[in-house]
Amino acid sequence: MRKIRTFFYGISQGFKNIFRNRTFSLASIGTMAACLFLFGVFYTMLSNIEYMVKNAETNVGITIFFDEGITDEGIEAIRKEILTRAEVYKVEFTSAEEAWEEYKNTRLSPGLSESFGDDNPLEDCASFTVYLNDVRMQDSLVRFVSGLKGVRKCNDSSAVADTLSGFNKILTAVSVVVIAILLLVAAFLIGMTVSTGVSVRKQEISIMKLIGASNYFIKIPFVVEGILIGIIGAVIPIVVTRLAYVRITEMLERKFSTIFNVVKFLETGEVMKVLIPVCLATGVGIGFISSRITLRRQLKKIEVN
Amino acid sequence: MSERFDLYRAEHEDIEPPVILLEDVSKDYVGGQHALKNVSLEIRKGEFVFIVGISGSGKSTLIKLLMKEISPTGGHIMVAGKDLSRLREYSVCKHRRNIGIVFQDFRLLKDRTVFENVAFAQRVLETPNYKIRRDVPRILSLVGLSEKLDSYPDELSGGEQQRVALARALVNNPVILLADEPTGNLDPRNSWEIMRLLEEINRRGTTVVVVTHNKEIVDAMQKRVITLNKGVVVSDQRGGYSRAKN
Repeated sequence: MRKIRTFFYGISQGFKNIFRNRTFSLASIGTMAACLFLFGVFYTMLSNIEYMVKNAETNVGITIFFDEGITDEGIEAIRKEILTRAEVYKVEFTSAEEAWEEYKNTRLSPGLSESFGDDNPLEDCASFTVYLNDVRMQDSLVRFVSGLKGVRKCNDSSAVADTLSGFNKILTAVSVVVIAILLLVAAFLIGMTVSTGVSVRKQEISIMKLIGASNYFIKIPFVVEGILIGIIGAVIPIVVTRLAYVRITEMLERKFSTIFNVVKFLETGEVMKVLIPVCLATGVGIGFISSRITLRRQLKKIEVN
Repeated sequence: MSERFDLYRAEHEDIEPPVILLEDVSKDYVGGQHALKNVSLEIRKGEFVFIVGISGSGKSTLIKLLMKEISPTGGHIMVAGKDLSRLREYSVCKHRRNIGIVFQDFRLLKDRTVFENVAFAQRVLETPNYKIRRDVPRILSLVGLSEKLDSYPDELSGGEQQRVALARALVNNPVILLADEPTGNLDPRNSWEIMRLLEEINRRGTTVVVVTHNKEIVDAMQKRVITLNKGVVVSDQRGGYSRAKN
């Protein structure tokens, strides 16, 4: 009962502290919110790029062309060899006729395609398209396939995957540095807010100490203040990021429908599933730690008489 | 120390045991200043004691030591049966609950009413609300401020403010009431009211220790007077300020 009373006392005093130090509280909340919003932006970008790379890994495959004059048995032998590899998701066969038909339909004007008559310029372009479970295994599979008997040429999509992976790495590094700096600023500002709160309530704390209040009781409103700033500073960017994500992905998918028919964004729920707990935990953690560190320093300075 | 305390009790069965016991207490500050030098004294339960002395005589250091704000560089201090040198940091707050303290400058919270100022002392000790509602009016009635529950400190006279401070110091039923220059900011009429109140509080069983410069009051009240000079107890006897100093 006593603990519950103290808990509610801490919460009510924590809110009062925030209200008393409006300016510092707003600055802390603003910095924390900006920091976690940036984290949200970087996270959504990174997770979407990763998602797209993953999609590319499964959607963009290796194309394998065969030696001229290869028999159906030879092609079937190659398929069997490829299917023995664990990283292979599926193998699709495209005949020379199918390849020419697709090429005509997508690349040539009707007049030009008719001029070829019954000729098939892609007569030796029957191929396998191999889809992978993991794009990182592409290099080794290409080496394996290139060494198979009857394989003339092997085209891979490593250039695209490498570019996306490289971009992801740079973005991760930049975001880690920016977020770390902002988190430090937020922690410092929360410390300043708590420190101001302590000096505003110096007399009150001194009287508390005189009367015999426990350290825990004296500290709890300030720790609650730090945690509340962290929570408010986390909720704002969570809400803003969610709203912005829904709007921006809808707009991009509408405006660039050709690209986004192939490349899909992550579902909002998938992004928020990670973002909400991480932002809240960061806000609460930074608020708690910075207020504790500040209190340890500040409360010692307050003399009883 | 507690064995010595028990021994003391055995030897003085007929009188109340000391609530404050200092044995060879010294306090040297950094820089070599000797604030207290081998001070030994005992104050028994229910006593009314004046501690007098000029500035720098060691009175403030003595209060800080009793409140366990600082530790002695030598000797032992026992308050309400507890050896202060053995107190852990987390137990200091419990020790302070034995001592009610009032100051010359009252130290009231200006943004709270008289009721809230007194209730504050109970709230910080996590006292249930029903007890606060019961105890605060009772103690304010004792100090004669039943009509001022909803007033703010700035609306009160100096004497009334000091009475609120007294009520706040007493509401948790401390064993000892420590008054540091309680009349320092008051006119003679209010000073006497406060002293009469302190006498009444003492009569009800609380040990009262008053640190003061007020010669007239010390002389008139004829209580035990401990005189400090340059950190040494130079006199400890019943009577007035002047007599003690001589």
